[in-house]
Amino acid sequence: MTTELLIWLIPLPPVLAFFLIVLFTNKSKALSHSVGVGAAFLSFLGAMIVFVRALGVEHLGEHPFESSIPWLPTGETWLEIGVLIDPLGAAVLFFVAITIFMIFLYSVGYHNFGQPAGDHDHAGLPPHGATVHGHTVPSVEPMYSRFFAFLGLFAFGMYVLVISDNLLTMFVGWEIMGLCSYLLIGFWYGKPSARNAAIKAFMTTRIGDVFMLIGIAFLYSVTGTLSFREIFNETTLHTLASVPTGVLGLSAAGLIAVLLFIGTVGKSAQFPLHVWLPDAMEGPTPVSAMIHAATMVSAGVYAVIRMFPLLTAGYEGHGLTPEMTFVAFIGTFTAIFAATIAVAQNDIKRVLAYSTISQLGFMIAALGIGAYVAAAFHLITHAFFKALLFLGSGSVIHGMEHGVLHTGNHKVDPQDMFNMGGLRKKMPFTFWTFLIGGFALSGFPLVTAGFWSKDEILADAWYHHHYLVFGTLALAAFLTAFYTMRQITLTFLGEPRTEEAKHAHETPWTMTTPLVVLSFFAITYGWVGIPEKFPLIGGIFPNWFHDFVGHTLAEVPKAPEFSWIPLLTSIVVALGGLAAGYFVYRNVKTPAEDKLQIPVLKNKWYFDEIYNAVFIKPALWFSEVFVSKWMDKGFIDGILHIFGPITGGVGSAIRNYFDVPIINRLIGDGSADATWWVGKNLRPIQTGRIQQYLILSLIVIFVVGGLLYFFLLA
Amino acid sequence: MVPLSWYLMFAAALFSIGLFGVLTRRNAIAILLGVELMLNAVNINLVAFWRYSDVMAMAGQVFAVIVFAVAAAEVSVGLALVISVYRRRNTVVADELDMLKW
Amino acid sequence: MTAQQIIFMIVAAYTIGSGLMVVTTRNLVHAALWLVSTLFGVAVAYALLNANFIAVVQVVVYIGAIAILFIFAVMLTRKDMRDSGPQMNKNWWAGALVAVLVFAGLAFLLSGWSGFRNIAAELPAEFDAIGLLGEALTSPEAFVLPFEVASVLLLAALVGAVYVAFNPRSDKK
Repeated sequence: MTTELLIWLIPLPPVLAFFLIVLFTNKSKALSHSVGVGAAFLSFLGAMIVFVRALGVEHLGEHPFESSIPWLPTGETWLEIGVLIDPLGAAVLFFVAITIFMIFLYSVGYHNFGQPAGDHDHAGLPPHGATVHGHTVPSVEPMYSRFFAFLGLFAFGMYVLVISDNLLTMFVGWEIMGLCSYLLIGFWYGKPSARNAAIKAFMTTRIGDVFMLIGIAFLYSVTGTLSFREIFNETTLHTLASVPTGVLGLSAAGLIAVLLFIGTVGKSAQFPLHVWLPDAMEGPTPVSAMIHAATMVSAGVYAVIRMFPLLTAGYEGHGLTPEMTFVAFIGTFTAIFAATIAVAQNDIKRVLAYSTISQLGFMIAALGIGAYVAAAFHLITHAFFKALLFLGSGSVIHGMEHGVLHTGNHKVDPQDMFNMGGLRKKMPFTFWTFLIGGFALSGFPLVTAGFWSKDEILADAWYHHHYLVFGTLALAAFLTAFYTMRQITLTFLGEPRTEEAKHAHETPWTMTTPLVVLSFFAITYGWVGIPEKFPLIGGIFPNWFHDFVGHTLAEVPKAPEFSWIPLLTSIVVALGGLAAGYFVYRNVKTPAEDKLQIPVLKNKWYFDEIYNAVFIKPALWFSEVFVSKWMDKGFIDGILHIFGPITGGVGSAIRNYFDVPIINRLIGDGSADATWWVGKNLRPIQTGRIQQYLILSLIVIFVVGGLLYFFLLA
Repeated sequence: MVPLSWYLMFAAALFSIGLFGVLTRRNAIAILLGVELMLNAVNINLVAFWRYSDVMAMAGQVFAVIVFAVAAAEVSVGLALVISVYRRRNTVVADELDMLKW
Repeated sequence: MTAQQIIFMIVAAYTIGSGLMVVTTRNLVHAALWLVSTLFGVAVAYALLNANFIAVVQVVVYIGAIAILFIFAVMLTRKDMRDSGPQMNKNWWAGALVAVLVFAGLAFLLSGWSGFRNIAAELPAEFDAIGLLGEALTSPEAFVLPFEVASVLLLAALVGAVYVAFNPRSDKK
């Protein structure tokens, strides 16, 4: 099978799984998860084959795997859609396939397959446990099949986005994922908080999507094409870069890049559209892993990486263009902003959510300053360890729920870190894999992938003299390590702080195996991108990642020169943050003792409240009062209400002045009366008296006879 | 030397007189008297026409004879009816015999 | 003015006068008697027309039978012998009008006929009216059928009159 055909087929199994599960295997849980996991495995297999083949091609950047079909006739030409696997695509395909497959596998255990149905379980609410022989055990999710169906659709959307060679199908995949994030965040639709979170996610990303669509339309109108290869050729880029648009002094390329970037701001939860991501923790944990690590937020960064030539059109190597400055600013600000909030969160998943926002900020900042390879590298490593961390947190929550079911105290929140503690003994697999993931996130030197990718961003910032970006990102990295260690300490180290934590136990193999697999990548993936000039180990392995992915661009970016300062800074912030986190939190047992529970940080800098007051309430006012009450009910209904009396008046007029007098009385009654009158007046003729009859008939004969005689005969 | 017209006018006058009697008399028998007059006038007409055209063609006289017979029959039946009605309703006034209106 | 004409005028005047009396006299018996006189006049008119047999038959049948019948009927249908109330009904003027109109119409129509002023032809010598009439009445080529039918009619009238006027006195006790 040719590679191109295989690429076309990769998204097919998950969407087939979606339809099969929805239409046919809905009732059977085993069949549904088999279809789902099987589909994910097939796509994984196909992606791996493509990746391996892609590795074997010389200069994949110049001769990528591509195949397109003419699809939309546009006058003389066709809009073509198709697939493209260049080095960037191959690398992204690799991690997407692995993480999606792991998440599918994980979901089997997460939703308690094999457990009995719950006592009071309703579809739409999280399962609450079943009583078996007097013990309460976890119960299976009532909407089990639906979950796999949605995951299949989600996987389809992501694969479509990754393999597409044009902005149109990329946007299609983008939107499919938006829909699926809505469906999955609101999976437990019985909970009002989940419903609101789903709407919030969809609305916020929609704002970004609108701008993205405007950008796509603008691009199409200027260049007449949406295909990457055609947009990114030298002359088109040059033209776009030199055409001024008059909007804020940006060139066409800049404006398009900014518009497309705003789509990423929404999708990847950058400031100011970050508000949806923490709330999205309402969804089941595999969903959080899927959305916030493996796929959706990565899709946002992937889109910007794809559009890198457009973003950097006009960039000569020093002196950032306005659009790049904008992007770098957003990224950097988000990185530090989210990190400050993460230190004050108590929910295990919230910490990871803000951490995701922060790390995405790192990637965006890297792109803003022109560090193409570093951003792509961090994207991939982050996907692995963040997925690992989310799945690990899901495992922890599962273990805690065991404890909650055991004690029967449902007021205890199984997600609150202050209710945990000492779980390293109860859940060893989860502990060690979570530790690896947490260290990777913090950038623990040398052995974790996070170190290599984060270091590269900092090195690039330092080398190109973006000192403000460098300093801010370093501070954010320190905070990252700090809150990560805080999280690990509170959750796993020390002694169990509650009964529930005492009764937690390890999760089944379907949940721990993906953790192990992902932790493997979280350690080893970093070693494919060791910079050449690194001291000691620099030249042993070639910087495969830089060479491979760098060749996606027409001009391979130069690796930054080695400098000790960024390296030392990375090591110091990572180890320092970890140590600080451990020492501070090792003795903290309750939230009251946690000195960093500053209200401003805990309440996310009050952004939700600000948005509520500035945007939501006016919008609600506008729709409820202005549009609904004044315009619709008042004005439009008012016009209609005018018609009512008019019609009524016309109707009554017709009735009273025409129908009743003329038709009823004059014609109807009149004809009856006339007939009656004629009859009444003719009746006396019939007297019964023959002589009168005779006289009458003779007179008539005379008249008729006379008439006949005089008119006919005479 | 009497012209035909005299006989015809004579018969016409007699006929009109009889008609007048039929139309105006109250007594039912008087009406029948008027009918008799009309029949006689007709007979005169017939015989006059016989006489003033071909004398050998007896059709005129035959017709007159038949009219006689008919008149006789009619008068007998009519008077029988009048008598029967008189026995029933104790009246021979034509105006009071007005049940023909149904 | 020939003698025939004068005789005719006298006879006509007499007959018409009698006719008028028939229809105007109050007393019904008088009316019947006036009818007798009218019939006589008509008989004389027949004689003037050389229809001898018809004249005699007129006297015998009409006067001898029909008029008598009338007188009988008049006598049988009187509560008392006096005539009470008007003898013309209230629409007598309409009847008069119609009669006048009829007369006028007839006169008008007849006067338009070409043969209106014919003179009677001479009778042939040896004119046997009765024999001819007899032959006409009984000859199959002539009018035997109407003659027989007339006799059936008379039979029917006879039976009908008897039936209609029959007084079942046996039921009344």
